[in-house]
Amino acid sequence: MENDKKSMREYWRRNIRLLLILLGLWFAVSYVFGILLVDEMNAFRLGGFKLGFWFAQQGAIYAFVLIIFIYVWLMNRLDREFDVNED
Amino acid sequence: MDILTWTYLIVGLTFALYIGIAIWSRAGSTKEFYVAGGGVSPLANGMATAADWMSAASFISMAGLISFMGYDGSVYLMGWTGGYVLLALLLAPYLRKFGKFTVPDFVGDRYYSKTARLVAVVCAIFISFTYVAGQMRGVGIVFSRFLEVQIETGVIIGMVIVLFYAVLGGMKGITYTQVAQYCVLIFAYMVPAIFISMMLTGNPVPQLGLGGTLADGTYLLDRLDGMLTELGFVAYTDGSKATIDVFFITAALMVGTAGLPHVIVRFFTVPRVKDARKSAGYALVFIAILYTAAPAVGAFGMYNMLQTTSNQPMASMPQWVNNWEKTGLIGVDDKNGDGRIQYAKDPAVNELKIDKDIMVLANPEIARLPNWVIALVAAGGLAAALSTAAGLLLVISTSIAHDLLKKSVMTGISERQELIAARLAATFAVVVAGYFGINPLGFVAEVVAFAFGLAAASFFPVIIMGIFSKRMNKQGAIGGMISGLLFTISYIYYFKFMNPAANIPENWFMEISPEGIGTVGMIINFGVSFIISRFTPAPPAHIQDLVEDIRIPRGAGAVVAKH
Repeated sequence: MENDKKSMREYWRRNIRLLLILLGLWFAVSYVFGILLVDEMNAFRLGGFKLGFWFAQQGAIYAFVLIIFIYVWLMNRLDREFDVNED
Repeated sequence: MDILTWTYLIVGLTFALYIGIAIWSRAGSTKEFYVAGGGVSPLANGMATAADWMSAASFISMAGLISFMGYDGSVYLMGWTGGYVLLALLLAPYLRKFGKFTVPDFVGDRYYSKTARLVAVVCAIFISFTYVAGQMRGVGIVFSRFLEVQIETGVIIGMVIVLFYAVLGGMKGITYTQVAQYCVLIFAYMVPAIFISMMLTGNPVPQLGLGGTLADGTYLLDRLDGMLTELGFVAYTDGSKATIDVFFITAALMVGTAGLPHVIVRFFTVPRVKDARKSAGYALVFIAILYTAAPAVGAFGMYNMLQTTSNQPMASMPQWVNNWEKTGLIGVDDKNGDGRIQYAKDPAVNELKIDKDIMVLANPEIARLPNWVIALVAAGGLAAALSTAAGLLLVISTSIAHDLLKKSVMTGISERQELIAARLAATFAVVVAGYFGINPLGFVAEVVAFAFGLAAASFFPVIIMGIFSKRMNKQGAIGGMISGLLFTISYIYYFKFMNPAANIPENWFMEISPEGIGTVGMIINFGVSFIISRFTPAPPAHIQDLVEDIRIPRGAGAVVAKH
């Protein structure tokens, strides 16, 4: 029982760490690249796009999709490792 | 075949499909009515969520908004997609594990308080009603423009259809009609977008066409920047909003999205926690297809519009300008009498008035696409409006039948009675929504800012703390919700209704517009809850166990089986 509690605490700690990393990415692609540093990013180009504008109107959205699927994959792995998965 | 025949044919076929699905998927129990029996596959739920989320505003208005706002329009693109990351990572899996029917269910149980539940119910109903009124209006407008019936008749037809499948099928009926509606709306959006992208840039993928080159080899966006600055506007790829305002509006829309009850409940319908996670990913994929095409449609539309009208002789306007002039969406007024159209930033010189909706609605005509494509856009607009309306109506009916009646006022009613109550409540909600569709409050657009602000300042923080802080208690949660709500409501009410003349950046708190103030409301909610909870007793042990339990996926099926 005590062991269980310890392992659950560890599971939660690893979960939070993963969340913080992925939310950091989420913040970077939208708020940093697309808003706060948009003028600096616009000095670079991606084909016909200024880079900051691209992040704000396209890139951030692609990144959001990737972030969710990375989360799904890593969380499923974490669930199995701590034996809390559903199947 | 002419446009009208095509429109009646295609709209008629899609409506027949929705009704057919409704009959096939009737709900027999409250569990089927509220959460579709909890057995929806993650892929189907992703599609349904996408249709649920993308409203008449996303389909009809967003591309036009972006075409006039340029870079500033990014707030909608990032704001209305980034919320899904929050949903997937912070809310959906845990709420699915919690395994009840509604958001007020979670708030009421987690904070062991009827007061908290009631505050949540009132918010859910208010948010959903403001939203649904706009959808019914959208239905009416599409009907009147494409099917040449009165707006009133259009709204009533829309009401009957929604009534039919929402009341009969509940969440089960809504889920499978939303899947069909997603297919209709995405097809209707992408076909004209692909054609126009090919015409302008030679690239069949509009997302890439946006960064592509025009026939003469210059980049589309560079040309657009040049054309607009020449006319005295800000360049397309530059913004005119303050950076802090862009930041706060984006955040309010993201957090608001993650806190909207009709989106959250969709994740109660999948069988397992891992399905809830995956399903949020699928939902965003389906949404992203439209949301990455929208900025392209906006830019193409602006380019086409300037190319066709700016400084061109009035006598040589193409047919679509005349067609849409009749609807009042385009207005030309030759102020200086030179027989040409001057489009300019200065209102004294500007001779062209354009409604933003035209960028999507008139697209097929601008690109000279066949009549069936125009009919398809009508069916797509209706699909977008109806699917969102149905999702919202379900939240209203669930809030009334389940949270108010069953859990608060008449706790003794049987499941059969609750199901009847839910159906009556859905009928009542449709009628009220229809009334506001026919007699719109003059400020529907303003009210939407309200809905997002409220969701951001109330539900989002209270749910997050319920999951991630075991120490958060009912005093903290109620205090936080009320202070966040009061602040947000007063700020929006003051600038939007009481003193609209003062609604300028100089008067705003830290240059944050009413659209972005929900973010500040959210921060206040978090802060107040934290402080109050530290000075009041910790929640009882069984609540702390509940929090531990929702944090691990295993056993999600068992929670549902208790119903």
